[in-house]
Parts: sequence; C-alpha cells; structure tokens
Amino acid sequence: MNSLQNIQQKVLNCERLTDSESLSLFLEGTLYDLGFLANFIRKRLHPEPIVTYVIDRNINYTDICISACKFCAFYKGPEDSAGSVISFEELEDKIIETQDLGGTQILLQGGLHPDKPLEFYEEMLRFIKKTGIHIHGFSPPEIFHFATLSNLTVAEVIARLKKAGLDSIPGGGAEILSDRVRELAAPRKCSADEWIEVMRQAHLQDMRTTATMMFGHIETPEERLEHLLRIRDLQDETGGFTAFIPWPFQPDNTYYSHIPKATAHSYLKMLAWSRIMLDNVANIQASWVTQGPKIAQISLFFGANDFGSTMIEENVVAAAGVTFRLSEAEIRSLVESAGYEAQQRTMNYTYVNAD
Amino acid sequence: MDSLVQDAGLGDILEKIEAGERISVADGVRLFQCPDLLAVGYLANIVRERKNGNNAYFIYNQHINYSNICTNLCKFCAFGKDKDSDLAYEMSVDEVRQKVRERLSEPITEIHMVGGIHPDLPYTYYTDILKVIKKERPDVHIQAFTCVEIAHLAEISGLGTEGVLQDLIKAGLGSIPGGGAEVFSPRIRELTCEKKLSGTGWLDVAKTAHRLGLHTNATMLYGHIESLEERMEHLDMLREAQDETNGFLAFIPLAFHPKNTELSRLSRTSGVDDLKNIAVARCFLDNFPHIKAYWVMISQKLSQIALSFGADDVDGTVKEEIITHMAGAETEQAMSREQLLRLIKEAGRIPIERGTLYNVIHSY
Repeated sequence: MNSLQNIQQKVLNCERLTDSESLSLFLEGTLYDLGFLANFIRKRLHPEPIVTYVIDRNINYTDICISACKFCAFYKGPEDSAGSVISFEELEDKIIETQDLGGTQILLQGGLHPDKPLEFYEEMLRFIKKTGIHIHGFSPPEIFHFATLSNLTVAEVIARLKKAGLDSIPGGGAEILSDRVRELAAPRKCSADEWIEVMRQAHLQDMRTTATMMFGHIETPEERLEHLLRIRDLQDETGGFTAFIPWPFQPDNTYYSHIPKATAHSYLKMLAWSRIMLDNVANIQASWVTQGPKIAQISLFFGANDFGSTMIEENVVAAAGVTFRLSEAEIRSLVESAGYEAQQRTMNYTYVNAD
Repeated sequence: MDSLVQDAGLGDILEKIEAGERISVADGVRLFQCPDLLAVGYLANIVRERKNGNNAYFIYNQHINYSNICTNLCKFCAFGKDKDSDLAYEMSVDEVRQKVRERLSEPITEIHMVGGIHPDLPYTYYTDILKVIKKERPDVHIQAFTCVEIAHLAEISGLGTEGVLQDLIKAGLGSIPGGGAEVFSPRIRELTCEKKLSGTGWLDVAKTAHRLGLHTNATMLYGHIESLEERMEHLDMLREAQDETNGFLAFIPLAFHPKNTELSRLSRTSGVDDLKNIAVARCFLDNFPHIKAYWVMISQKLSQIALSFGADDVDGTVKEEIITHMAGAETEQAMSREQLLRLIKEAGRIPIERGTLYNVIHSY
C-alpha cells in the first residue's frame, strides 16, 4: 500500500491522521479521494438521508468598523460618512418580516464600532428578544472588542450579553486562525488565541457556537490545517461547536482584489478535507451564497449535510460582488433532487415542525 | 475506492468498465438512478482518463447566429421566432462579413454558426455566408448548420443531402455542430418539436456527412419531459451510428433552460443531473472520443467539476452567446483564455487549446 492508501485506510478506520498525513491527503488526494472519504464520514455521522437548513436573516447592525481587514468589502471606516448604525425601528421591521417568512433566528453581526458601549448592545438584545426570535449574534472579534472597550473580561461580556438575550454565537471572524495570516490581512482583529478563547468561554457558559474558515487568499495549506486543528482541539475540550462553515474568499472590491477567486474544484476539496479532519464537529455547511445552487448541491456529496441559511438578507458577501439568491422552496428542491430529504432546523439543529 | 463503488451497487459495471467492455442500456439507466453521484462519476473518470489522459480541451471560437427566424418553433426553444415577430432578425451577407471583421485581430480558430429553419432565405444565402467568412478569414474552420438545417438546405436546393453537403464543403464548410438532436424518441419529438426533422432523419444526415469525410458532433437536450429510458435510447442510437461511421467527435449534453419557452413551467436542471448526464454519456459512449461540458449551459463552476466526471472539453471562449441566454441562462457571455486556463489547471488537468478537429494548437 502506498502512503495515500494508508491514509485512506486510517480514515475509514476512524483513526485521526498525523499533520503530515493530513497535508498529503489534501495536497496529493484527487477530488475523488477526498470526496469518497468525506462522504463516508458524513454518512457515518448522519446515516439518515436528511439535509437541514435554517430560515434566518443576516442583520448587520453597523458597517462602521475600525478593523479595516484587507479581505473585506463591507466595512466603512469611522471617518467615512457613508457608514451607519441600524435603528431599532428598522431592526423590528426586519425581524417581523423574518418571522412572517417562517424564520426562527437572526444572524446579528456588525463592524467593530469605535465607541458604542456594551449597554448599547445589551439594550439591542433586550429589544430584539421581545420578538421571541433566536439571536445568533456577535462573532468573537466583536465580543473581544466589546471586552476591550468596556474593560471587562471576555467571560463577563458573554455573561452580560447572554443575560440580555443572546442565544448563540456565530463563527465569523475566524478567517484563518494563524497569526501570520492575521497580522498581514487583519492586524487589528483579535488574534487566533483570542478567537479561540471567546469560543471557549462561550462554550463554558453553555452557549453553542459555529465556526467558519475563509480560505483562498494569502494562507498556505499548512495554515489551513492549523485552522482546522485549532477548531478540532477546542471541540475535543468543550464540544460546543454545532457546525463548521468553510467558504472561499470573495476578492471583488477588497484590497486583495487581484487575488483570483478560488474555483469550485478547490472549494469542494477544502469542504471535503474539513469533513474528514473535523470528525468531532457534527455538521458541515455548504456555502451556496458563494458557490451558487449547482455547486452547493454537489457539495452534499463532498461532506456537507447542511444547506446553511435561506439568508433572507445578506450584505457582506454581496459587497464583494457575489449575488446568488435562493428561496426556501429552491433550497428544498435542490436538496430533494440530490436524493435527500430537506428539513428545516434551528441553530442547535433541532428540527422545526418535525412530525 | 473500488469498495465504495461496490457499496453503491455498481460493482458489476465497474468490472465492465475496467475490462473495457461495453455497458448496456439497462446499465445506463441504473447509473442515472444511482443516488451515489461520486460512484457514477468515478466510473466516468476511469473512461475519461483512459481516453484523454489529463487533457482538458478548449477552443477560441466565435459564435454567429445568422437568424432566429424559424418555422419549427420547438416548445423548448426561446431563440426561434416567427418571421412576423418583433424580435425576429436576420443578418445580411454583409452583416455576417461585419461580424467576422470586427474580431479579425483575435486569434479565433473556429466560427460556429447556426440559425433557425428560415422560411424563405434562398439557398445561395447559405453558400454566400460561408464564402464571405472564408474570404475574410481564410484560415478559420467553419463549423456550421446543424443536421436539421442541412436537411432543410438539401430540400430547398434540390441537391439532396449528399449533394448539398458536397456543395457546402466547396463553399467553406469544415464540420457540422451537434445541435438539433434534442431527444431522438418520436414521443418526445411529437410533444415538443413535431415539425422538426425526425431522430432517424438527423442520424441519416450525420452519417452521410461522415461518409463524405465531414466530422460532426452530437448533442442531447435533457431535463424537460424525457424519461431516463428515452435518454438511454438516444445514447444507444448515437453509439450505433458511431459504430457504423466513426465520424462523431464529441457528445455534448445540453441542459434544458425553461425561461421564455413554452415549457417555462418546468424547473432548471440540477447540478446533480448535469453531472450525471456527462458521466453516464462518458461511460456509455465508449466510441466517442470526447465529451464536452458546455459551460454556457451549466456554469463555469460546474463545467470545472465536470472535468472530473467524464468531460474532457469545456467548449471555448464563446462570446455573444444568444440561444441559451434567451432561455434565461445566467452565465457570462464570454470567458477569457486566462479564466479557462485557471479553471482547467485548478481541476488538476492540462489545458490544451484545440482546433475544431481536436488538433492541438497549444498545450499549456
């Protein structure tokens, strides 16, 4: 047996790979080598032929941000008069519309605003909570930023936000969890350790979170592996991640606009590799918003068991020049024509309207 | 990986494919029905790599649609228009000349030209547009007039199929594209395109062309009202014809686009069905040298993945694609050579710019 066959056998035996084996699989494996193994693990973790999705809306409470990440097309610097903060009236309208469409949650994220106090966010949460909707909000860089501004610990900030109504934390802002990449691309954003620490503290307070990875810019394959292993290590420790969402960098309108967009082939390999490596994270989401309906459907054979969100509203990827839109009916039809049953879920993967 | 193909219930087909044996029509239906997309693709990839290694072909071509006026008005078509329609157009010979002149500075090697079944353009129009293209661009290969148009020209010229093909070759015709095949089944033709040349009529034109040394392509329009059995019947008729004449170069599955057609109530094809049509064709059409994933139809992203599911060709740079875009295609109108190269290389294949007859122009 050659080394790739050995590696495949280890995966089929549910053994974890060494770092060098992991890299060999990714770099030397074909689309089929990775796809077959990812599909094997997906079937082991999800023997039932079900693909889930959530009905929600992305609400960006502000685009004003002091971070100025080079891969971002969404933010406005604090000096830019075009930046804005959402009003509570607008928030309420968006949430009511979401609930009318059968939505169960909102994804509430924003830029790192230079001076809003923690009380502002607590008040926003209490206001939203009156609608009863699940609040999936404030990625680790935001929480870390709130802690810095308010001179509180991360644990204290999470406890206060939770008390004000925060239900779970989205895995955004992870980008690549490697400090070399972060120093070059997002020097003002929290470090890899700090990102992990926010998630650890959230999990310790029984708050579930997701994790993301934005790949295909300046990172190396080794740094992608480092990212996956950091997620896997924390998951071994806390078990708090519900899902992992890898998505490729969208370069248009960013500082890195000269970097070509990752192709579908690269996306599917990365997705499959994530499924293989993260054997302790239950769910892997397809990124239809960056890949479009056809590749999102194909990704169900490369490790994804979840179609993500209907995204009644999405602004961040759209700012980078990508405008795929899908209705709930279209998502269900894509899932069903791939041979799966479509099932609406909540953030923690409980089925909605299940019989 | 073989065990995973066996788990998918395709062990016997894998054995046949590895032994280079033909698979049956029933095997083809099973491949279409198999829920394990990867297992089906894996089989197709074996055939693809055996026939074409790591090569992935593309062409620098120009599309010219000389007229959309058509008497057939097939139900799955958004391009064809009645002569009296406000949207009807026809290019004069001089306008065709202009289209060629506009792009003389580009390294175009093929002009791909098709149109409708026009009620009253004289036969000389068709030979004139071939001649004018050749005059403006003597080195270009003209791939023009589907078998359906050829049958129409045979009729209006009074020359018969063989005679008209010989005459068109003299005027500059280099090969025949694969359009108009749709689905050969008489049931489907009756329901969707009753006025069109029959399936056997289409094959007769193709075989006549082959006997005269003209290469042709073949297509199948899938994803409307045809059954899996009718798809396989279509492929079987193509495989038989190819056994007879060996003149087909590429098979190109075409995804039905419903918008603006009489079948607009139907939904678009899914990515899974697109890949299956490519993969099953690659497994079944063992005597076809090439399978093309036409990116205009199935998107650039999926055509890249198709290079691992049986396809060895992604068509070309195109430009001004009209027929699919009138039916609501949301793909781009053109792709640059750089985009094509990157897409192919990232799929782990070797980009080869080809001429129409798969002669290598440049290997990257």
